[in-house]
Amino acid sequence: MPEILFFSLVAGVAIISSILVVAMRNPINCALSLIMTFFCMATLYVMLDAPFMAATQVIVYAGAIMVLIVFVIMLLNMRTETSKNYVHGVLVSCIVAVLTLFVISGFLAKSPLTGATGNMTPELITKVGHTELIGQAMFTKFLLPFEVTSILLLVAIVGSVILAKRKL
Amino acid sequence: MLSLHHYLILSGILFSIGALGVLIRRNAIVIFMCVELMLNAVNLTFIAFSRYLGNIDGQIFVFFVMTVAAAEAAVGLALMIAFYKNRESIDVEDINLMKL
Repeated sequence: MPEILFFSLVAGVAIISSILVVAMRNPINCALSLIMTFFCMATLYVMLDAPFMAATQVIVYAGAIMVLIVFVIMLLNMRTETSKNYVHGVLVSCIVAVLTLFVISGFLAKSPLTGATGNMTPELITKVGHTELIGQAMFTKFLLPFEVTSILLLVAIVGSVILAKRKL
Repeated sequence: MLSLHHYLILSGILFSIGALGVLIRRNAIVIFMCVELMLNAVNLTFIAFSRYLGNIDGQIFVFFVMTVAAAEAAVGLALMIAFYKNRESIDVEDINLMKL
């Protein structure tokens, strides 16, 4: 029971802060609300017995990516949006979003929610350690995708330098 | 008892809010943040399934999603800076022509 209460609290904060991301006019406020959402996500990951993923979430998302975004917002010196949104645009967008939610809940209601099961139990995680389990899977079973990821990051580095540079 | 459904519903709600933000906002950086929100909703689904099926593969996928998000952040923000240099604005309504 306390588990459900805590989950509801974290989920409520996550939903409210993500609504603020959409509703706030000033991009900096949006970014701060998004950081709040990321922290709620990290809390949920801890509840799902994935402490290493929670740490990664805080370091990579709430740390690195959001610092980059806030840095660019400040670099471009953006101000609060003054132009009005079109009413029909907002209306249609809301309808599309609600339809998305309906489709997702339809899938949830219909599907049996099963898949390839494994041997990862909370007991194993406390005994071996979550980081070690992740490392074993990543450097044995997923070695090739891991290496391809490094190429992706290299491409991203080169691409962003070329795009942001005034003259090569 | 907390079940898989709780997490999946939360993830669905967050994904819809992210999609709504992508549709109604006009500032490119805020749209970008909403995309990040949608990616995070999917990450939550991956980790919830991984926990309830006892299969660690989902969490490895979250790593790759995070990597792609980081690469996307770097390239996307570089694009926005390049666009801002030309137009003094990153409103998506100004990004409607291929030429400058």
